[in-house]
Amino acid sequence: MNARHCSMRLAALVWSCACLQLPVAFAQAGDAVATEAKRRESEQLYLRMHKVLSHPRCLNCHPKSDSPRQGAFERPHVPAITRGPHGKGPAALQCSSCHQAQNNTASGVPGAPNWHLAPLSMAWEGLSPGGLCRALLDRKNNGNRNVEATVKHLTTDELVAWAWNPGADPSGKPREPVPVPREEFVKLVNAWAKLGAACPK
Amino acid sequence: MIALNVNGKTHQLDVSPDMPLLWAIRDTIGLTGTKYGCGIAQCGACTVHVDGNAVRSCSMPVSAAAGKRITTIENIGDTRVGKVVQSHWERLDVVQCGYCQSGQIMSATALLAKNPQPTDADIDLVMSANVCRCATYVRIRAAIKAASKALA
Repeated sequence: MNARHCSMRLAALVWSCACLQLPVAFAQAGDAVATEAKRRESEQLYLRMHKVLSHPRCLNCHPKSDSPRQGAFERPHVPAITRGPHGKGPAALQCSSCHQAQNNTASGVPGAPNWHLAPLSMAWEGLSPGGLCRALLDRKNNGNRNVEATVKHLTTDELVAWAWNPGADPSGKPREPVPVPREEFVKLVNAWAKLGAACPK
Repeated sequence: MIALNVNGKTHQLDVSPDMPLLWAIRDTIGLTGTKYGCGIAQCGACTVHVDGNAVRSCSMPVSAAAGKRITTIENIGDTRVGKVVQSHWERLDVVQCGYCQSGQIMSATALLAKNPQPTDADIDLVMSANVCRCATYVRIRAAIKAASKALA
């Protein structure tokens, strides 16, 4: 076999291999495109969820300090309470000293079951959309919640649900609820998780 | 009817479930030692104990207090800590106009019951939620520290 013959056989072999590989390669490329499309869609869904998560109704109790904030302008809480050992205030002045299981019409004090501060590891204040999304999914800091548990927390927790039913302030003026209707938010969260719970950069 | 246990006595109250506990205590039961201050849980004058925890009674619906043990200023002296707190309040002559003082004593008693050796910071944190327009804060803190020593 001369050199020319040998190189022709080699070229034929490479061609046949390439032909066999092409469908696989096309399929892989197609999968990659589909995966990328899903990721992008999931990111877009998160950005719509973020309008809720970054609202003062949520951020006021996900502070990066030891004290909650309050109101639409996120002012420091009055009285100047601190989180205490379990996020429910110091022993003799618990959140439940003032906040009951439901909004109080007479006093204007907001209320919901299990009123408390999120732990410092779940501080959202000051985070970018991507940062908050990653914090939401970080099992080391989110109470070891997997995506399913995170979805459950966001969509069924009674304290989270208060953000859509924040009652009225002491002057009788209704507090602003979070900006996305609850039914829509629940759908967004489920769809986001189904598409892989992607986070923006 | 709502059954309310106040100072060890059960009262059957024919009131709206969302009536503030404060109104039930003062207007329906007639125990007026607990004061109405701001009505929005900002001053602490209406503080009572519900199952031993300090609660602003202006902000708790009476229905939420049903089945719980409520203690007001009228009976706090029957508890060991409350009695010591009241005696030091008298000894140090803490009171000026007196309007906020029942709330102050209820909060101070709850503080010492939960935290018998509070630091100045502990006292300031908890008691800052009880407003005194006579500014008796220095004497309040001194009385709490003295009561803490006496209880040790």
